[in-house]
Amino acid sequence: MTKDQSTPPLIVPTDQGLYCAAGDFHIDPWRPVPRAVLTHAHADHARAGSQRYFAQADGVPLLRHRLGNQDFEPLDYGERRRFGAVRVSLHSAGHVLGSSQVRVEHDDGRVWLFTGDFKRDADPTCAPFEVVPCDTLITEATFALPCYRWPPVERVGERIHQWWSGHPDRPCILFAYALGKAQRVLAALAAHTDRTVHLHGAMVPLTELYRRAGVTMLPTEPVSALPRGHDFSGALILAPPSAAGSPWMRRFKSASTGFASGWMRIRGNRRRRGYDYGFELSDHADWSALLRTVRDCGARTVLTTHGRSDELVRYLNEVEGVDARALSTLYGGEDD
Amino acid sequence: MQAFAALFAELDATTRTRVKLDAMKDYFEQVEPTDGAWAVYVLTGRRMKRLIGARKLRDWLGEASGLPDWLVEETYQHVGDLAETVSLLMDDGEDRPAVEGSLAEWVEQGVLALRGLDEVDQKARVLGHWRRLPRSACFLYNKLLTGSLRVGVSRGLVERALAELSDRPRALIARRLMGEFEPSADFYRHLLSEERREERDGQPYPFFLASPLESEPHGLGPLTDWQAEWKWDGIRAQLIARPADAEPNQVWLWSRGEEPMAGRFPEVEAAAGALPEVVLDGELVAWKDGVLPFSEMQRRIQRKKIGDKLLREVPVVFLAYDLLEYRGRDWRSRPLSERRVALEALIADTDAPALKLSPTVVADDWPALAALRENSREHRVEGLMLKRADSPYRSGRVRGDWWKWKLDPLTLDAVLLYAQPGHGRRANLYTDYTLAVPDGDTYVPIAKAYSGLTDKEIGQLDRWIRRNTVEKFGPVRSLRPHHVFEIAFEGIQPSSRHKSGIALRFPRIARWRQDLTPDQADSLTQVKELLNAFGS
Ligand SMILES: [Zn+2]
Repeated sequence: MTKDQSTPPLIVPTDQGLYCAAGDFHIDPWRPVPRAVLTHAHADHARAGSQRYFAQADGVPLLRHRLGNQDFEPLDYGERRRFGAVRVSLHSAGHVLGSSQVRVEHDDGRVWLFTGDFKRDADPTCAPFEVVPCDTLITEATFALPCYRWPPVERVGERIHQWWSGHPDRPCILFAYALGKAQRVLAALAAHTDRTVHLHGAMVPLTELYRRAGVTMLPTEPVSALPRGHDFSGALILAPPSAAGSPWMRRFKSASTGFASGWMRIRGNRRRRGYDYGFELSDHADWSALLRTVRDCGARTVLTTHGRSDELVRYLNEVEGVDARALSTLYGGEDD
Repeated sequence: MQAFAALFAELDATTRTRVKLDAMKDYFEQVEPTDGAWAVYVLTGRRMKRLIGARKLRDWLGEASGLPDWLVEETYQHVGDLAETVSLLMDDGEDRPAVEGSLAEWVEQGVLALRGLDEVDQKARVLGHWRRLPRSACFLYNKLLTGSLRVGVSRGLVERALAELSDRPRALIARRLMGEFEPSADFYRHLLSEERREERDGQPYPFFLASPLESEPHGLGPLTDWQAEWKWDGIRAQLIARPADAEPNQVWLWSRGEEPMAGRFPEVEAAAGALPEVVLDGELVAWKDGVLPFSEMQRRIQRKKIGDKLLREVPVVFLAYDLLEYRGRDWRSRPLSERRVALEALIADTDAPALKLSPTVVADDWPALAALRENSREHRVEGLMLKRADSPYRSGRVRGDWWKWKLDPLTLDAVLLYAQPGHGRRANLYTDYTLAVPDGDTYVPIAKAYSGLTDKEIGQLDRWIRRNTVEKFGPVRSLRPHHVFEIAFEGIQPSSRHKSGIALRFPRIARWRQDLTPDQADSLTQVKELLNAFGS
């Protein structure tokens, strides 16, 4: 604790993003920088234009698809790289394929960990979350209220399947984020059926990359491969949330709509957004996973980013007896 | 309760009217009559008296969930619904067995039986349910415990489902559902049964409600197709006169809010004693050689027992404008023009000063009528009513045949949601109000208004506010939605600073609508229609 007061923090927020001066690199910068360490390929974490990128190997094909041809250096989980006075390694975050936490160890012995986006629930489409001991933890706080507690993914898969098989006379359009969530749904449904699922164009290449990485999912077919006027009754169609209300929807007469997201745990969210069904499926940590992670990592200091972190900060201070503060960053509004 | 929870989930998961109707029909078809009665009660928005305050439930929730009170509070603010917050915070991730017991058992034993218990036992029972019930059932249980269950079905839709199921006219179902009822098996069987003659005695028909005219009236076609009347600033009422064994008639007077008003307007009831068997629709207004300001009428409304002095000072008349039943026959499907002729003859034959005809307003063309409307204030009316001459008397708010073409200012009916003390002389009284309009499950604030009420009304409201506070944020109290106020305002415009997306110019309270309940207030959708029509 005295160490943190006497020495400058290892990672600080800047206009470009989180920055480690001792190693001269940025994490998930939103402006071009010389050296960028990326946690995963979601749009608010991965931006093009930096000189050199470091990311976990499984995520690099996804990053290439999203950012185009950049200078990527793939790392394995646990592989250490020296940058100046620190050693950097990536550890599985369990968020999406190739998602990482970033561990930074200074030569003076301090260990900082940035979780990036993470979850601790089962997900066959990516490596499971790894507990990494540290002194200072920078954690996301997207769903940092106790009303967020995810049901087991198997049960959500079952509910989605019930919904799908319960509407033989109508198309079922399930909105889900194109990277990670869609593939997780396709994997969860494989326990119930072997029917083909139809994909919005935005999901086709990403799903293909997941297949190439060896992830088992239901067979898929692009919506665009079917002739105009095709009858989608009884079909399940996956689409990104941005497609809701767009002209693309006109192909599907009297569709039942659903949204797979952690926000769907709250009834008012679903009703406000006008979906018929909400499925509670999140790639982020819920309240109990956030607390468990703080305890598991053994961090004495916790800094929070993303979303509503005031309550988490207060709870950690008052109830868990951990020194916690909010770190202001520009992340957020992203996925889930 | 399992079946009702399944119905709730189905209703909640669709915006399609047909799907909702079919779900309700399926449910009502197989349900036990006692459950059916309670389901009707709940779905039509009726609420049981709240047995346990929201504040207390939140305290219990803190204890049951093991979370600090401030975190329960923040979570509740985030979720926006107490029943749902309980169901989410009591969800420990464990699979819980499906709920047993019927809806009626849950209402009677789970909720109403708490009445006789002391707080310790109440708490033990409630927490026991919270810990045992699966999430969806826990949500419903708490909804029953805390008041109403808004589920996106209107009362009209429930009536339609019951009418389709029983093959009875919807108007019959609607009439049986008016006013208060005891949710019993007998009531439910009666609700779906064939109409009996004596049933009609004393029961009002559903009111036909006009919609605000949102464009210029010449779009309505030739003026000759329309009947114009003044829009009175009084109390809409139905007057029912039926012959009794001995003279005079038995008389009933119902407000639009389905409140029986027996004894409140004795001069009108007396005047109706000599009528043939009729049901009239009209307006109660204070009258002395012409209509008196509404504030005078208010003096009468506030009294349950009326003294001779007040009767002399503020006499009330019934201005009849429609004839729903004539000599025992239902006239509602006949054209307005035909009903009007009979009504005029009927009133002409009745020599009673407290029964008058609401005159038609005649003009050669729309511009001439518009000019007359401009003079509404001189007549102490709110504008004009436009009624299609060949229209039947419909039930509820059906657009197309009846329009209210009000004079500016614009007005809307909103619900009192927050209050805070005023300044200076009124620093100890709650005089600053935030008014809101219903939007689906919630209320969205629409305007802040400083009281436009009399001192007496302020005092009355102040006492109510202190007794009905849901919670306090500093000086501000949030209130149980109950009181409806008409707010008048000079303009309406879009605003990104307000949650409603709307800002009103110079809003003020025009009057206290004690005749309306919160679900009769204007909805956010209706306010947005106003914005489209009048937004600058
Ligand atoms: Zn992400």
